[in-house]
Amino acid sequence: MKSNLTRNQDALAGLLFIGLGAIGFAIALGYKFGTSIEMGPGYFPRILSLILIGFGIVTFVRGVRSGTEIDGVWAWLPLALLTLSIVLFGFLIERLGLVPALVALFFIAAYAGHEFRAREVVVLTAVMSLFAAVVFVWGLKLPYSLFAWNF
Amino acid sequence: MEILDHFALGFGVALSLQNLAYCFLGVLLGTLIGVLPGVGPLVTISMLLPVTFGLPPVSAVIMLSGIYYGAQYGGSTTAILVNLPGETSSAVTCLDGYQMARQGRAGAALAIAAISSFVAGCIGTLLIVALGVPLASWALRFGAEDYFALMVLGLVAASVLTHGDMVKALAMVVLGLLVGLVGTDVNSGVERFTFGLPDLADGIGFTVLAVGIFAISEIVLNLEQKETREVFTKNIGGLMPSWADLKTAFLPTLRGTFVGAFFGILPGTGPSISSFSSYMLEKKFARDPSRFGKGAIEGVAAPEAANNAAAQTAFIPMLTLGIPGTATMALILGALVMNGVQPGPSVMSRNPELFWGVVASMLIGNAMLVALNLPLVGLWVRLLSIPYRWLFPAIAMFCALGNYSLNNSAIDVYLCAALGVLGYVLAKLKCPPAPLVLGYVLGPMMEENIRRALLLSEGDLSIFVRSPISLTFLTISAALLISMVLPAIRRGKARVDREEAGAV
Repeated sequence: MKSNLTRNQDALAGLLFIGLGAIGFAIALGYKFGTSIEMGPGYFPRILSLILIGFGIVTFVRGVRSGTEIDGVWAWLPLALLTLSIVLFGFLIERLGLVPALVALFFIAAYAGHEFRAREVVVLTAVMSLFAAVVFVWGLKLPYSLFAWNF
Repeated sequence: MEILDHFALGFGVALSLQNLAYCFLGVLLGTLIGVLPGVGPLVTISMLLPVTFGLPPVSAVIMLSGIYYGAQYGGSTTAILVNLPGETSSAVTCLDGYQMARQGRAGAALAIAAISSFVAGCIGTLLIVALGVPLASWALRFGAEDYFALMVLGLVAASVLTHGDMVKALAMVVLGLLVGLVGTDVNSGVERFTFGLPDLADGIGFTVLAVGIFAISEIVLNLEQKETREVFTKNIGGLMPSWADLKTAFLPTLRGTFVGAFFGILPGTGPSISSFSSYMLEKKFARDPSRFGKGAIEGVAAPEAANNAAAQTAFIPMLTLGIPGTATMALILGALVMNGVQPGPSVMSRNPELFWGVVASMLIGNAMLVALNLPLVGLWVRLLSIPYRWLFPAIAMFCALGNYSLNNSAIDVYLCAALGVLGYVLAKLKCPPAPLVLGYVLGPMMEENIRRALLLSEGDLSIFVRSPISLTFLTISAALLISMVLPAIRRGKARVDREEAGAV
């Protein structure tokens, strides 16, 4: 049953919960625990972190026993590209303005898809940038410049 | 008649030009995304949450709820014409709806779906009033300990009843509670889990979390598979169902409505389970069950009624108790909080225009949906030719720009992207996202109530069993948890989960 751990659905989920719980607990150690009458800021987080670790252990053990694998594949590349496109949008909107930020977002995000047709992406970018400019900047009066140079 | 005054107030609010426009926009968007597979109400509502910021709360809820119940209508169109569920809740409608379409009775199937949805939507809305009003006045008597116990029950029930593994669902609740703690502690002023970032002092924004966990991860999940969407433009046939069709569909519609209403109120269950269960029920009731799957009209009427009824009654615990039972309700509750409404049983007395306005708008919205869906069905079908490769970058744009626009903060956008990664990993590991969001929304309220309860009882934990209301809630929660550990029940649930997956 010792199947590949990197594809073991519940074992990975358990490890994730244990890890997040441990981080939560470690950070919460820095907050005062208090008593049940006067709960400190650390009371709730520490108890919750421990419960999370507990559920994580149960999930991990069950995963190792059953060996159920994840469905399909990890879509790491689309995930990375989509994440990058959104991060880059946040980075560029304050520095180059709305339109360049959207151009970056659309081209990188579209690359995460199965088919990348450059002409379609150009049209899509143009239409959606116009839409965003009309709705958000002129319509909702959000204070974004369409183009900027702030470095 | 007090109730007539209330309805008069509600219609007064809902019929204002602005709210009619938001209602129409909501049901229009709902139909649109309902028709499109891969874009559901959860994604759309999270995407549009930032846009509702600054709207009057009643308009925000009118629009967002329109998206939710509108999607239930749109989903059936795709199911019947293309044999693809536009929404997961219309998956069972494919079975008989598509068969009817192949027999040249697509028009009748669409009409029956719309009519049974309308009937169920209206009955569901009236149930909100019938059950919500007494529920809210009862809940006004709750003390802090009762509230805490009620939230425990809500979270436990949502984890136990939700599709899939209970332990992981409970872990997600706890993770959600922890995420909800990020920010400044109201009692001590200590900043918790902020990593020294001033942007996190007010906590992780609700929209940031919702968009990351639901919208971004959903896009990546969709990108895993190649899109295989075939569009058939075929003759829809006469839109009028025959008298015999209506007669056959009548009782299944009512049964479906009540099945849906029941599951809608329960936390953790929603339109999908409702439509599946009512289909199974109809099969049991039928004189000739072998007709099912071959174009039985009951197989369209009952599940479509059930998913719409569930979509309406899901509002009952959210509007009257302030306890969301599903992720969508958590999003709408979040929209209320964002716009300055303190949710809970006092909403009905303190903001009557909100409760009654939303209820009235649902009746109006359901009528709009019939008008939108039937005559324009050809237009909706043509929408299916929009490929996903055009849709998902546009969704990404709304996610990024929407979150940026709330605080003009790039940190929010980065955080949203990071939560998208977490959301995708969790989704791949079959950890249900809904309990996480429920925990996040209820977490701060739970902490506040447990603190208040223990302060009043001077640290005596027995207060939770001394109050009969709290004791009842905690007993039910414990019973639910214990029942799931019993092997027989666990196997039964696993079988239901499998059958449900098999029906899709």
